[in-house]
Amino acid sequence: MKIIVAIKQVPERDAQIRVDAAAHWIDEVGLQWALNESDAYALEEALQLKEKHGGEVIVLTAGPERVGPTIREALAKGADRAIHVDCGDLGARDALGVARLLAAAARPEAADLLLTGLQSDDLGQGQTGVIVAELLGLPHATLILHVEKTDNGLSVKRELEEGWFQQIELPTPAVLTVQSGGSKLRYATLMGIKRAKMKEVRTVTAAELGVDAAPVAVLERVALPQKQKSTQILPGSPKEAAAALVEKLKFEARVL
Amino acid sequence: MSGIWVVLEEREGRIGRISLEAVAAAQLLGAQTGQPVNAAVLGAQTGALAAEAAALPLARVVRIEHGLLGAYTADGFVLALQQLIAMESPTHLVFPHTYQVRDYAPALAARLGQVLIGDVTAIGEGPVFTRQLMQGRLAGAYRHAGGGPCFVSVQAGAFRADGLGAGSAEVSLFTPAIEATQIRTRPGERFRASAQTVDLGSAPMIVSVGRGIKDAANLPMAQELATALGAELAASRPICDAGWLPMERQVGSSGQTVSPKLYVAIGISGAIQHLVGIKGSQCIVAINKDPDAPIFEAADYGIVGDLFEVVPALTEAVKAGKG
Ligand SMILES: Cc1cc2nc3c(=O)[nH]c(=O)nc-3n(C[C@H](O)[C@H](O)[C@H](O)COP(=O)(O)OP(=O)(O)OC[C@H]3O[C@@H](n4cnc5c(N)ncnc54)[C@H](O)[C@@H]3O)c2cc1C
Ligand SMILES: Nc1ncnc2c1ncn2[C@@H]1O[C@H](COP(=O)(O)O)[C@@H](O)[C@H]1O
Repeated sequence: MKIIVAIKQVPERDAQIRVDAAAHWIDEVGLQWALNESDAYALEEALQLKEKHGGEVIVLTAGPERVGPTIREALAKGADRAIHVDCGDLGARDALGVARLLAAAARPEAADLLLTGLQSDDLGQGQTGVIVAELLGLPHATLILHVEKTDNGLSVKRELEEGWFQQIELPTPAVLTVQSGGSKLRYATLMGIKRAKMKEVRTVTAAELGVDAAPVAVLERVALPQKQKSTQILPGSPKEAAAALVEKLKFEARVL
Repeated sequence: MSGIWVVLEEREGRIGRISLEAVAAAQLLGAQTGQPVNAAVLGAQTGALAAEAAALPLARVVRIEHGLLGAYTADGFVLALQQLIAMESPTHLVFPHTYQVRDYAPALAARLGQVLIGDVTAIGEGPVFTRQLMQGRLAGAYRHAGGGPCFVSVQAGAFRADGLGAGSAEVSLFTPAIEATQIRTRPGERFRASAQTVDLGSAPMIVSVGRGIKDAANLPMAQELATALGAELAASRPICDAGWLPMERQVGSSGQTVSPKLYVAIGISGAIQHLVGIKGSQCIVAINKDPDAPIFEAADYGIVGDLFEVVPALTEAVKAGKG
């Protein structure tokens, strides 16, 4: 099976968030970056499918030069090669704009399966994979925990709300968006890290793909969320705060 | 282009609460743009749902009925709604942000060269749509540019459905053209994982841990607090994803919905998918080192600090308070 996994580099989870001077996005200076969480699960699913059925795993990412280490990380975990859509204006593109880049880069590969994470931890749109499917004219399924190859295509386990699941069958080629938790993530081995340095990373630009940036959904401004609730923050040392909290819970909230 | 259309979703035989909230959001848009608000229901049989919808303050309700819409598929829903849009040329389409909507609405929008502004929490003059970024740590203001319908989905709980009022909408039937061969996926029946052995739903006290706990080896520290309180131990999704606690102890949109007297969130950031599971709690306490963590917006009491210092101190204080 030839599998493409779309991976996105996002700010490290614990990173300090500051709004940039123009209030258009966050200040990226000094930020640490990481592989988007659900994309790590998508990559894991792809690697396991390859181990079972053979084939090739290609990671695909759109972003500026800084995504390099994230690509290497995916290669170190076992992806065979990478396609980097080099674009410095990711922030000016909406989900359709990014999906157009990914679809244009993926199309000539004619892969059997294209996996994405279900949601990016920074923009949280939860859309890109579904749009890529639409652009490529492929069937899709979302929130997938397990993928099994069948004689005619795939059988996938889809998560529904409130602890329900559903099995879906679909033909290949197809696009799936992968939910976290379906399998245990692997770490890159030392050998993997060494090998990753030799693997192919092909770079294409947005212009070469013929995709422009004009968005339909325009992010005009970002801000810290407005506080609506007045939470009582208990000050002092941990010991003082803990004692004060127990008092509050007993005599004010009356839940102890 | 005219009219705002809400796509209603069924939940256990009735219009789901979040769909009613979508109607409320559509009315905000209607007030701003002077457009009437209509609704569509989709399925193989939509009579009961349409009757319920007709009593809402809507101008029109369209029953989009087809045998191939009985079991939800993205292909079926996209085809059906594409035809509704071609007929009605709406200015806006408003959806509840459910798992089902996430599955088809982005494809429907893309087919028309549009983009869904998803999981919206507020609608301001303009209209300007607010949605969360960075897992709730940032708010983004979005505007729809260019021609064509504007697609919006609303977050659960963000708009109030209580004051919707009553109405008597005109109901009509529409049979879209869909061929069986156009449906490429074959959905199976819904099923649940193996029987639950803990019932967090009725637990009066819950101590819940998130990724801030860092390692499975630190769980006993939280368990000690739970024991001191007589509470059940629960967790956010990443803890269960990692296998540190079983899935059945996961709280949130894809886990358990809880309503304890006391919910103590330790090292949990407060992503919306977690918060929807704890809304029914009588009292929420948050312990987090980040004073700007969204969990503090949901909490009644908070301690800003290192959980590895605060939790043991709290365990001691609870024990002392009981003694
Ligand atoms: C479709 C979908 C369904 C989902 N369903 C669920 C669900 O049912 N339940 C759920 O929980 N999530 C769910 N999620 C995931 C959700 O979006 C969040 O990713 C998740 O809730 C984050 O978990 P967390 O708060 O434990 O981790 P993080 O967001 O990483 O937060 C960790 C927190 O710990 C704090 N912290 C770190 N170290 C310390 C310390 N030493 N002392 C004090 N505080 C510290 C940090 O400041 C941070 O706020 C779902 C997501 C999607 C897209
Ligand atoms: N710039 C990007 N490069 C590669 N993949 C991406 C990019 N943006 C989004 N994706 C993929 O699409 C998924 C959903 O992203 P989003 O729609 O932004 O929530 C992510 O988990 C990635 O797999």
